[in-house]
Amino acid sequence: MRHVSIDVGNKSALQHGARDFARYCMGCHSLRYMRYLQLEKPLGLSAGAIKKDLIFNGVKVGEPMISSMPAKRAAKWFGKVPPDLSDEVRVRGTDWLFTYLTGFYLDKSRSTGVNNVVFPKVGMPDVVENLQGAQVPVYKEITAADGTKEKVITGLKLVKPGSMTPQQYDKWSKDVVTFLAFMSEPNKIEREHLGVWIVLLLVLFSIVAYFLKKAYWEDVH
Amino acid sequence: MSSKLVALRDWIDARFPLTEMWNEHLAKYYAPKNFNFWYFFGSLALLVLVMQILTGIWLAMYYTPTQAGAFASVEYIMRDVKWGWLIRYMHAVGGSAFFIIIYLHMFRGLMYGSHKKPRELLWIIGVAIYVLLMAEAFMGYLLPWGQMSFWGATVITALIGAIPYIGDPLQTWLRGDFAISGATLHRFFAWHVVLIPMLLLVLVVVHILALHQVGSNNPDGVDIKKHKDDKGVPLDGIPFHPYYTVKDIVGVGVFLTLFFAVVFFRPDFWGWFLEHTNFVRANPLQTPPEIRPLWYFLPFYEILRSVPDKLMGVVAIAVSIVVLFFMPWIDHHRVKSQRYRGLMFRLCLIGFALTFLALGYLGAQSPTPYHSDIGFRFNELYFSFFILCLIYSKPRSTGYYIGGAIVAGIVIFVLDWLRVGDIPIRFMARSWWIPAAYWAFFLLMPAFTRLGDATPVPERVTFK
Repeated sequence: MRHVSIDVGNKSALQHGARDFARYCMGCHSLRYMRYLQLEKPLGLSAGAIKKDLIFNGVKVGEPMISSMPAKRAAKWFGKVPPDLSDEVRVRGTDWLFTYLTGFYLDKSRSTGVNNVVFPKVGMPDVVENLQGAQVPVYKEITAADGTKEKVITGLKLVKPGSMTPQQYDKWSKDVVTFLAFMSEPNKIEREHLGVWIVLLLVLFSIVAYFLKKAYWEDVH
Repeated sequence: MSSKLVALRDWIDARFPLTEMWNEHLAKYYAPKNFNFWYFFGSLALLVLVMQILTGIWLAMYYTPTQAGAFASVEYIMRDVKWGWLIRYMHAVGGSAFFIIIYLHMFRGLMYGSHKKPRELLWIIGVAIYVLLMAEAFMGYLLPWGQMSFWGATVITALIGAIPYIGDPLQTWLRGDFAISGATLHRFFAWHVVLIPMLLLVLVVVHILALHQVGSNNPDGVDIKKHKDDKGVPLDGIPFHPYYTVKDIVGVGVFLTLFFAVVFFRPDFWGWFLEHTNFVRANPLQTPPEIRPLWYFLPFYEILRSVPDKLMGVVAIAVSIVVLFFMPWIDHHRVKSQRYRGLMFRLCLIGFALTFLALGYLGAQSPTPYHSDIGFRFNELYFSFFILCLIYSKPRSTGYYIGGAIVAGIVIFVLDWLRVGDIPIRFMARSWWIPAAYWAFFLLMPAFTRLGDATPVPERVTFK
């Protein structure tokens, strides 16, 4: 698993992530529990900008972020309806998602021609191949406890470069992960800001209460 | 007080026992003056109950108890409803906080003998409240309609099916369907928000009435009513109000500080209060790789699943809870507080607390035969505690202790014999010493040393 450290308060990363998600992911994946308009404040985008950069199917900005792909046909094409990603980071975590986005490799046994290091037999085709390029796995043979030999993937090797360098692509993935982390809990920043004050207030309250108790209990021996 | 207010009070008092109740339960309710840290949890439990009811009412205003709408309505609360995320986190963290408080509250009872005469009924009502709380938590956990909600409810209601003859129809009756479905969700919602909270409130009032009838116990376990002044006020008692109201406010402050630190900074508590898998909508066609209940049920879950036979497992989990009701007659030593019960009883209590934690830890592990075997050992220790309490309730002869140790050895062997075929013998051969050493220690130490002897109980409370 590759590690990634993200900052959901980074507006530039969020904006890039939102734009890239809209372009590369939203064709199939919805974020149905969120409305476009709810991105306005946290991402620092105007309603006009949201309309221009994120909405390609003409819906209003107050609508939920639902992909235009018909579920029935999607199930036929991919074997399964592409899942809603509103809570994906809550379920899998940022590291998993980052490894997933950077973890596609060529595999002739799959109908899509690709497989993924953290999601074996994934149904999703490699939609980022033109950005990242094509990768092949580096195998290492290990002997299991019962003596059988097994091939495990130890890394991935770029065999056909895409339009981005590996560094650029990592940044691209990180932005998408940041956006989805925000998506899984849009109130996190507000929550933590407010939390500091509430907890400080309660500490103060406890101190006052302690001295009040002490004063009342002076005559108890 | 202005004369108009006094007149109003008198007007009410002529029609309702307001002043009388105030005096009986607060201003002239005399509590022992030596309450320690462990005595905060009663009032804190009441606070959390009120908080759960209030946040629950607000959640119910936006929640939809249908198969199609439940998951989406919780997401709606978390994202669209103003302050919805705060209310929901408070309710979810509140559920876990409730169990932490109740477990500490119950352990306090065991430590200081609060279940003993004359407080047997008070204890029994308390255990009933605990059982209701478990039902409340279990049903509430279905409502978000996530994967764990669905599969947890499936596994737990399936236990009822293990009961011979009536199991199947009973299970269908409880679910309202042959499997967990929208019908189950609807009825669990009704029970979670109406039936059980109502029963809980009634029982809490009854619990407090029973407490005020017999008076509070204290860390020394001595009866403060034995020494009264000429007005009939216990010498070691102080009025609950204002002394314990101001003291409990300190407890409330510290508790709320910790509580809101979790709510605001780690509301899912690393997946222990809100499980990651529960953010996936319930899917009856896809079983999650691991199904387990929330943390507060894990010790009992381990008691259930470490028994290889399903029916016997259900019997074990039922007995493990029902046995608590009989605690006043199981642990009936004349000395109430562990302070004066001798070292052996204290070690026994600590052992029980550690057993409970170990069972909880094992309940969270994957169900391998190895974990299952270790779980069974702690399962044995769980029940051993109650038998030991019974044995420790009277001074026994050396022969009694030695005979007991031999019986314990036979029982341990027979239980392992019954598990042959389900658990590899090599695992049992590696772990049999756990209950054996436990029993040898707890029976032979009081037989050959004086460490189990009770020490003199002071006449009046001590103030530490």
